[in-house]
Amino acid sequence: MAIEPGSLSDPNNGKDRLILPEEAKGVWSDIKENRKSGISGVVTLKSEELFAMARKSSLWPLTFGLACCAIEMISTYMPNHDFDRFGVVTWPSPRQSDVMIVAGTVVKKMAEPIKLLYEQMASPKWVIAMGSCATCGGPYVRSYSVVMGVDQIIPVDVYVPGCPPRPEALLGGVMELQDIIQNEPRKKRGL
Amino acid sequence: METKATVIRDENSETAELRINMGPQHPATHGVFRMVLTLDGERVVTVEPHIGYLHRGSEKLTEGENFQQITTLFDRLDYISNFNNEWVYVRAVERAMEVEIPERAEFIRIILGELNRIASHFLFYGTYGLDIGAMNPVMIGFRERERIQALFEGVSGARMMHNYFRVGGVKEDLPEGFVPAVYALLEHLKKGYEDARDILTESEIFIERTAGIGALDPEKTLDYGVTGPVLRAAGVDYDIRKADPYSMYSDIDFSVPLGSHGDCYDRYMVRMLEIEQSIKIIEQCVKKLPDGPIQGKVSRILRPPEGDFFVHGENPRGDLGVYLVSSGGTVRPYRLKIRGPSFSNLMALKSMMEGAYLADSTVILGSLDIVLGEVDR
Amino acid sequence: MSTDNFNQYTTEEFEAATRAVLGNIKVTVEPNFGELGVVCDRSDIVSICKILKQDTDISMEYLRSISVVDWVEHMEVVYHLSSIRHMNRIVIKVVVPIEDLKIDSVITVWSGADWHEREGHDLFGVEFVGHPDMSPLILYEGFEGFPGRKSFEIPVQETFYGD
Repeated sequence: MAIEPGSLSDPNNGKDRLILPEEAKGVWSDIKENRKSGISGVVTLKSEELFAMARKSSLWPLTFGLACCAIEMISTYMPNHDFDRFGVVTWPSPRQSDVMIVAGTVVKKMAEPIKLLYEQMASPKWVIAMGSCATCGGPYVRSYSVVMGVDQIIPVDVYVPGCPPRPEALLGGVMELQDIIQNEPRKKRGL
Repeated sequence: METKATVIRDENSETAELRINMGPQHPATHGVFRMVLTLDGERVVTVEPHIGYLHRGSEKLTEGENFQQITTLFDRLDYISNFNNEWVYVRAVERAMEVEIPERAEFIRIILGELNRIASHFLFYGTYGLDIGAMNPVMIGFRERERIQALFEGVSGARMMHNYFRVGGVKEDLPEGFVPAVYALLEHLKKGYEDARDILTESEIFIERTAGIGALDPEKTLDYGVTGPVLRAAGVDYDIRKADPYSMYSDIDFSVPLGSHGDCYDRYMVRMLEIEQSIKIIEQCVKKLPDGPIQGKVSRILRPPEGDFFVHGENPRGDLGVYLVSSGGTVRPYRLKIRGPSFSNLMALKSMMEGAYLADSTVILGSLDIVLGEVDR
Repeated sequence: MSTDNFNQYTTEEFEAATRAVLGNIKVTVEPNFGELGVVCDRSDIVSICKILKQDTDISMEYLRSISVVDWVEHMEVVYHLSSIRHMNRIVIKVVVPIEDLKIDSVITVWSGADWHEREGHDLFGVEFVGHPDMSPLILYEGFEGFPGRKSFEIPVQETFYGD
């Protein structure tokens, strides 16, 4: 229900609240014009989608590098490839992180600590398997002490192949995860 | 009104020793390494290192692969200095088969090996600064590493696991424009090195946190089998490139930095000065780089004769040794034992850390510069 | 050409000096692919190592590695020693019969033998008598079998030529 300026229910009594100084006329007057015509920057969407947007823009991974892929993961955090612009900041505590990037070979001795860490993470949580060793065992697929892929222990959302994957590939994997997170509410509704 | 503070000492209270676990997942343990520390207040009484969280069975896997395929396993051992690992392995097979390597290939190997040493030391610089609490060093360290990795990508096709060295030489010739690219890179590296050096080397906080911490005397270091910058920081002049030269190192003019106290600050200084020396080596090699073939005469299917050979090389972390047992005429080795430098360096951790403060434990562990890939293999 | 592959680490004088220093102990001393090889009995290993470390002309103060090689009918424990003062190398090979996989530990001579021996025990089952702590080092607690032995089989990588 639109409010007519000058009507009884208009709190501003027909006057404009926004008082502009003389110098700012150029920029702010455009906004004023837009506000009058109704384009005032209000977004309407379902709350689940809003929360999904918030979650995907601020994914905090657990500091968890196992082997060689960890070096490429650290390179992705560094200014040359910069994970920070995606909102991704590494965080040492499992209780406060959202995503676990399993970077490196999962060895049978390490399987239990990984499971413990995954259980300590608070929902909603996701897992990215980075590199061939975490995806399927990698070059060590004939070994007696390697778990053939981390998805034998914990559920995985995104697989990033490579040995090691380039930082750009890991960025692509995180963007894929962001798409998954954004589409989760729609999936729940069956769309 | 004057108040007097009194110290209350309760004679009946006892403190018990606390056992804490710095688990496999920890931001400061440089990989999946676990330490169980027994603390008395702030002092460390004993430390028990637990390793094996990255044991992938590389030695057993080599018995099922032929000699060409094993190079890829060696790349992933000490995953920061890939070229140096590959180099020691191909030298072991070349010694067994008595292959002569052309000069161009030798110089290419030296250039790439030394560039990898610089990259590895920059990573040490970055992560060591991060352990101490500084954020800038890791950014600068990785900035320089990215430059070096871009050059490696041009040479071998990959930023990290190159698989470029072959028995008898290297896989393919250098790309066009390599020599000007190396000169440009060295200019950047010199500036980056000066940036890096100026931040930490004379910083009072850094000196307070590292000087006098974790000192080991020379006899104890040799007794544990420690090699590399940790040994040279204690004052023992043992650098395989000088003491037991391989490749063309005896024709190149460089010096080996030595420390005097054997503490964490000396280990840091030895590594920083080694970056300078590596730049010097690369400059000389690029001037001397001859034309010629890049592969020596070697058969396509490698079947070394019977025998056992131990070959070692100077990795950025120490003395990597490869013990190759060949049963004669087979395409696979009979037994390949890898002697990783970080394995022996880590044995010295106990005597360094006992009696130190808890806050110094990460500083001492960081100064050893271990990589779990070659500890566990 | 490079100064590499064909370095020889043994000379006649070094061989003679080693033989002289080892004196009465029953050993075989001869060059072994460029290094000086010493083959001895497993009961003499600690005394030989002590002599080789403490003698000032030989002075093997650096133990490089202790490897175990499985030759199916017997096992061989190989010690690689090196002298930093004189730049010489010695390889000691000891045969251990498969029915009685025991050998004395050299941890009293070099403290750096500690984890090498624990690893040899983990992977091959060789027991180093006198070592203070033989718990598993690189394998997890409860691992069955000894992966380093030839009897523990793992699949072989495909090749498209050769064998």
